[in-house]
This record gives sequence, C-alpha cells and structure tokens, in this order.
Amino acid sequence: MLPLIVINVLVVLGPSVFALYSSFTEWSGTGAARWVGLANYAELAGDPEFHAALWHNILWTAFFLVVPMAMGLFGAFALTRIRRFRLLFRVVYFVPYIVASVVTAAIWQNLLSPDVGLGKVAGLNFFGSTTLALPTVAFVNNWAWWGFLVVVFLAAMQGVDPHLYEAAALDGAGPFRQFWSVTLPSIRPTFMFLGLMTIIWSFLSFDYVYVLTQGGPAGTTDVLSTLLYREAFASLRAGYASAIGVVMALISGVVVGVYLVMRSRKAWAI
Amino acid sequence: MTAMTTGAPVTGSTRADTAARGSATGGGGPFVYVMLCLLLLFALGPLVIFVFSALKTQSELATSPLSVPLTPQWHNFVTAWQQANMSAGLLNSLIVVAGTVAGVCVIAGCAAYAMARLDLPGAGTFTTYLLVTSSLPTQMFLVPLFYLWTRLNLYDTLFGLIVVYWGLFSPFATLLLRSFMLGIPRELEEAARIDGAGELRVLFRVILPIAAPGFLPIALVTALASYNEFLFAVTFIQDSAKLPVSTAFFSFQQGFSQDYTLFGAAGVIMVLPMLLLFLALQRRFIEGVSTSGLGG
Repeated sequence: MLPLIVINVLVVLGPSVFALYSSFTEWSGTGAARWVGLANYAELAGDPEFHAALWHNILWTAFFLVVPMAMGLFGAFALTRIRRFRLLFRVVYFVPYIVASVVTAAIWQNLLSPDVGLGKVAGLNFFGSTTLALPTVAFVNNWAWWGFLVVVFLAAMQGVDPHLYEAAALDGAGPFRQFWSVTLPSIRPTFMFLGLMTIIWSFLSFDYVYVLTQGGPAGTTDVLSTLLYREAFASLRAGYASAIGVVMALISGVVVGVYLVMRSRKAWAI
Repeated sequence: MTAMTTGAPVTGSTRADTAARGSATGGGGPFVYVMLCLLLLFALGPLVIFVFSALKTQSELATSPLSVPLTPQWHNFVTAWQQANMSAGLLNSLIVVAGTVAGVCVIAGCAAYAMARLDLPGAGTFTTYLLVTSSLPTQMFLVPLFYLWTRLNLYDTLFGLIVVYWGLFSPFATLLLRSFMLGIPRELEEAARIDGAGELRVLFRVILPIAAPGFLPIALVTALASYNEFLFAVTFIQDSAKLPVSTAFFSFQQGFSQDYTLFGAAGVIMVLPMLLLFLALQRRFIEGVSTSGLGG
C-alpha cells in the first residue's frame, strides 16, 4: 500500500494542496507567490470569460446527459433484443472509443473541413462559426463516447432477470413499456453512476476543445479547462488558474459527495 | 420492432409464454436491425472515409472528399511516417505504455492486496479517498505538478510522464483489483500460511496466479489510456525527439503542411496498434472497460 500512497501524495495530493494554496496568491508558475487572499476568486466572480466558460460547461453537460445517454441506452437495449451479430455490433460500436482524441479530432476536421470536406459541400465552416463550433465539438466528442455507454449499459442489462421481462410481457407490456418498467429500474445503479460521472467528466473535458478550436472562435467554445490552461501557460497567471481549478474541484466534489451519500443510503435500490 | 409489438397484446397463456420468451432474449424485428445498422454506419463511416482520405492525392480529396480512392496512394503512409516523426513517436509511446502498465500493476496490485487482506485500520476511508482523488480535476493540480516536475528534473523526460500516469491511473486500478481480490477465498492463503509461507510468498505464489485474469483487463485499460492521453503529454514533454505519438501527431497537424491526406495517413498509423490490440483481445478489453464503468 505504501507505493500507492507515496505516488498519490507526490502526483495528486501534494500538488492539489499546493493548488489550493496558490489560488489565494498571485503566482506566475515559477518563483515566489504573493498572498492576495480572496482576490482571485473576487476577480473570477466578475470575469466574463469565466462566466462564458462555465456556461459552456453547463451546456456541454446537458448535451452529454441527453444525447450519448439516450444513444447508449437505446443501443444496449436494442442489442439485448437481437440474437444474431450482437457481439459484432458491440465491437464496432466500441471502436471509436479506442481511437485517440487527437485522431478523432483529425477525422472530423477532415470530414467537415471547409476546404476538402462536408463543410465545402454545405458551405459551412463548422469549427469556425461562433454558433456552430460548440455543438460541433460536442458532437465529435460524442462520436468517440457513446459506444462506451452502450458497452457498459449492455453489461448491466445482461444481468437483468429474464423472468421479469416474461412477467411484463404477460401483463401486456410492449418493448417500450418493458424498457421503462423493467430495464431502467434494474440498471438504476449503473445509470446513476454514469449520469454522475458524465457530469464530472463534462466539467473536466479538455482534449476536443483544445485540439479542435482552442476555445475559439472568439471564446465561443471556451470551457473551464481550456480557460485554466490558457491562464496558466499562456498568460502565466498560475494563481488565477488554480482558482479556476479549485472551482472545478468543488463542482466535482459536490457530485462525488452526492454519489457517496446515495451509495451509502442505497437511494437507488428501490 | 414489429415482432415484439405483435407479441405483446396476447390472451392465450401458451401464446403469451412464447412471445415473452422471444422478447426477453431476442426476437428483434427488422426495425431493430435497421436502427442498429444506422448506428453501425455512424461509428464506422467516418473511420472508413478517413482511411480513404489517407489514400488519395490532395486534388482528388478536394474534388471528391467522400469517395473511394481511384488509385490508392500508399506512399502517403511513407511520407506521413517520415514527416510526422512516427518511428520516434511510436517508440516513445511504447516506452510510456510499457512503463505505465508495469508500474500501475505493481502499485495497484500491492495496494489492492493490502486493502483486501491485511485488515488495515481505516481501509474504508482510504477507499473513499481513492474514489475522491480519482475524480479530482487533473487540471487543478497540473500547474503545481508542472512546477514540481521542473524542480525534480522530471519535466521533459519520459520517466517523468510515466510517474504522472502512475499517479493518475493507479487509484482506480486499485479499487477494481481490490474488489477482484475480495472474491478470492481466504482458505487458500490460510492453507499456505499453515504450510509456513510468509506474507510475500503468499502474495506471489497464491494470490498473484489467481488474480492474473483480473490484471489483464486493467492492464489493457491502462495501456489504452496512456497511449491516447493528451493533456499531460502535451504539457510535460517539449523536446520533439521525446514526444509520444499522440502529441507527435498533434504537432504534425499544427505544423506548416496542411495536407489532409497526410493527416489521414498519420492518424491511421497512430490508431492501428491500439486497434489491432483491441480486436485481438476485445473480450478482455470490454470486460475491463465495463467494470470500470459499472462503478464501485
């Protein structure tokens, strides 16, 4: 257990504690930090860039709670209903998850490119438009993501007692009704876990925005993580960046807290 | 979904019985297959077009971006391999992945054994602690870690990146391995102890051989994560000779050349090793990923 504690303190706990401290300072990332109390947080409260990034994260979370969850649930439920090719479908759905984020980004940059791709055909610059860029980046991220949810939901659904479906069908329940009344309640722990994790991951999301748009055009795709990265490594305001990080940690801390409370109370096991 | 809906409103008990059996384990109609095939197309289509784009000339790509290449330009792969510095990138990634997987297995294996067996005080609290730290935003401690790593001369070294990955990936691996080890019957170890085996001997001779199937999915998930990881790779490795393949690919894309056919070729080169590994061991892969998604 000792190696784990040492490595955890070195990589995660120590730097996190230091980040918490540095969020109360003015610090360039090297050299000495100057204590400024709550000044960074006060500045965050009035920073329009921070507000925009936070709002984009909220939109992003809403998108990921709806679109990939629906695709994952539908795909997994449909797979429990077929006899042939189930394994084949499952493997293929999972392939985009294997593809590295940088390559996924390149795939869609090629495909949607205004020079050589669908962007040219449609006359749209998907990643360069202030209205289209954020949904497009989320769409690209989802392409690599939903197959993971299919796999996990399918694993959970395969644990459902088939007799429950038989009983439901005897009572005259159609497939939609069976899904709603049998499948969904049976996989509730998985469903809740992935829902809460989706919220956490949505607030940490970095790769796709950074690679595809760098937060642009005009900050319309900025999220907290890209704003933090820019403040830390481009503006060299590490203290201010740490304050953003602490806010992000608080958000995921609340979500984890909810999860732990629910798990200990078995709130989903009705 | 026709087959299922026709099976639903039934009166006779024998008919109801067969219909229920059908909808519980299969019996999806053509509609289900059509929807599943649409999803299949969504997953696979962009990949296929990407491979096509890697085999075209630039002018062909500009005129017909979605079509099958007329004459495959295999030399694109050679050009991309050289220009994107792929041999160095893949080698660096191999080092990083091997180092990360080995380290995570040792660190998480020891910790999981200790938590599952040694009845240490506060093990429950420690489990919660691991769960919390593995869901902390990595960006939060990125800057102090960067500062610390430059001080320790670990910045811009592959070893430094590997140590970061140990820290990032071992908490979750520990939690998964712990639940796996809890399933191993204690009688086996007690028998070994009665025969005079020490703690380490029990671990290496009894636990590890039984736990080996539990390690493979975790090793695969860790390999995938460290091969594809981007944020820490782009932050902690600057020297172009040391770039792992993910950031080598990224910097190639950010470079002077704006040749989409070469981006395609380089991307295919990067994905291929992981894809082959996945296809070869897909059951283990999916096992690892789905247990990590099912939660504690």
